[in-house]
Amino acid sequence: MTNYKLILNIALHLLRARLKQTVVAAIGVTFGIAMFISLVSFMHGLNDMLDGLMLNRTPHILLYNEIKPTENQPISLSAQYKDNINFVNSIKPKDRGKSIYNGETIIRVLKEDSRIIDVAPKVTTPVFFNSGTIAISGVINGIDVLSEEKLFKISDYIIEGNLTDLMQNNSIIIGKGLADKMLLTTGDIIKITSSKGSLASLKIVGISQIGIAEIDDVASYTSLDTAQKILGEPTNYITDIQVKLFDMTSAPIVAKEFQSKFNVDTIDYQTTNSQFETGSSVRSIISYSVGVVLLIVAGFGIYNILNMMIYEKMDSIAILKATGFSGSDVKWIFVSLSLIIGLVGGLFGLLFGYIFSSIIDIIPFMTAALPTIKTYPISYNPLFYFIGITFALFTTAIAGLFPALKASRVDPVEIIRGK
Amino acid sequence: MGNKVIETIGLSKYFFDPVKFQVLKEINMSIDHGEFVSIVGKSGCGKSTLLYLLSTMDTDYEGQLFIHEELITGKPDKELAQIRSENIGFVFQFHYLLSEYNVLKNVMLPGMKLGKYSQKEVEHRAMEHLKTLDMEDQALKMPNQLSGGQKQRVAIARALINDPLIIMGDEPTGNLDKKNSDLVFDIFKKLTQENNQTLLIVTHDIDFAKRTNRTITMEDGRIV
Repeated sequence: MTNYKLILNIALHLLRARLKQTVVAAIGVTFGIAMFISLVSFMHGLNDMLDGLMLNRTPHILLYNEIKPTENQPISLSAQYKDNINFVNSIKPKDRGKSIYNGETIIRVLKEDSRIIDVAPKVTTPVFFNSGTIAISGVINGIDVLSEEKLFKISDYIIEGNLTDLMQNNSIIIGKGLADKMLLTTGDIIKITSSKGSLASLKIVGISQIGIAEIDDVASYTSLDTAQKILGEPTNYITDIQVKLFDMTSAPIVAKEFQSKFNVDTIDYQTTNSQFETGSSVRSIISYSVGVVLLIVAGFGIYNILNMMIYEKMDSIAILKATGFSGSDVKWIFVSLSLIIGLVGGLFGLLFGYIFSSIIDIIPFMTAALPTIKTYPISYNPLFYFIGITFALFTTAIAGLFPALKASRVDPVEIIRGK
Repeated sequence: MGNKVIETIGLSKYFFDPVKFQVLKEINMSIDHGEFVSIVGKSGCGKSTLLYLLSTMDTDYEGQLFIHEELITGKPDKELAQIRSENIGFVFQFHYLLSEYNVLKNVMLPGMKLGKYSQKEVEHRAMEHLKTLDMEDQALKMPNQLSGGQKQRVAIARALINDPLIIMGDEPTGNLDKKNSDLVFDIFKKLTQENNQTLLIVTHDIDFAKRTNRTITMEDGRIV
């Protein structure tokens, strides 16, 4: 449409005549978008990092035996008392053992499930670490080194030694808190007492630091075999089966399915980390609302400038209308004016947003709690940039629309006769 | 094809502010092709109001308006804009040139809007019109570099660009000195004689009016 070219041409000429104000308006948009982009990128980087901290170490679904009483007490099975209300006092949890019954078969079945990335079996048991006459309580996680590494990238948290050394017999990696407390380093021998009273000596091959003191003070890792040996259990003794899914949002449903299928207790990560999800979404909401507010402010700037421009250009609007431009043509002139400001300002905003994010990305951020993080985290999700430019265009279009409608309603007769 | 460029039947117009007041009372008139008509009358007699009704810019009236024997009354804004673009050229007391464009672009603008000719052709035609008005050497200047008379001549060139059926003028010489108004009058005269251009000029300059083909005198909203 040649007509639109003409309208655009007029809009550009009007812009050029008011270059300074236009630039100021565009800078408003640029600033808004740039802040929006850097804020959202930073917040999401932070969220991703914290998610990683939690989620990378948490299985999407955990299969285990919960310690609980039998749901159906003998009396409820009796036909004689079926319609009575029965009170049973002093129920004790049933000793089903911590081992998952038929664990190896379950693992084999799970490994064939197409929804599942991988499965990692685990043996957890409380132990005492002996240091001279002092016994410090702790936990041993007997892990399948390779699958654990694949699922949880556990080597990220090993600050001394090698994860693969765990595959040697009778080796252990202990938490940094434990090591500090007991003045142990790699290569030392640590004596432990299992919950069943048996003693074992293990060689320390590494030190881990997850960044959460509660865990680092008690946790240690050995291979599955070593843990089973300490406990004096056969090789089919598994207390936890950890599952990671391709689609982690489906975890609650799949967890329920496994619960009934394998007759074990299951828990999904959403349930274990519900407070965590809330934190993430609140942070997102804050960053989005700050961005939106900045853009609305920029929108008011555009609104003001266009309004001023319309008052200044009343004569031009009148003559355009007298010489054959319709109200909607005039409206489009001002809407395109506004969109040009929005587009140019928005694109620069994206650029500056990217630059700001890159700058934040190289600022050192060292914290003992997060050994794997060296700089501030930034998420470069293209979606933010898409939202940014869309919102820039949307705000400027709205900001331009009201003045444009006003301009389209200008009565040329009134202007011309007024002279 | 009839010879009437503009015809009105029972055209009435009211002002409502501050009180209801009838500005135009049942105006019946017509203008033939090639006529050079002037409307004169005292200030407030409704002559400009009549012109703006005829120009289709003011649509708030009673009665009927025909341009080229086609009923215009009641058409939507978009069509009216198209009709103005094709059929009517304007010259006002004030020049109303766009200060962002140079002289040539100002003249071309209505032509570009109509889109009947290509940009090159419109440019060529604009130059032709500027040439006949002795303004071709000013074509690339900005409007604020021109004198009042020159600006008015540019405005006339702009009015001519789409070969309008009729050129309407609202006191086109009102802001000009004697010399420049004579110049503008001569241009108008030349247009009617050489191009058979229809002209309708509102003026309070009696000398100007006397020299036109036909003078319509108005008094209290009526043609006398």
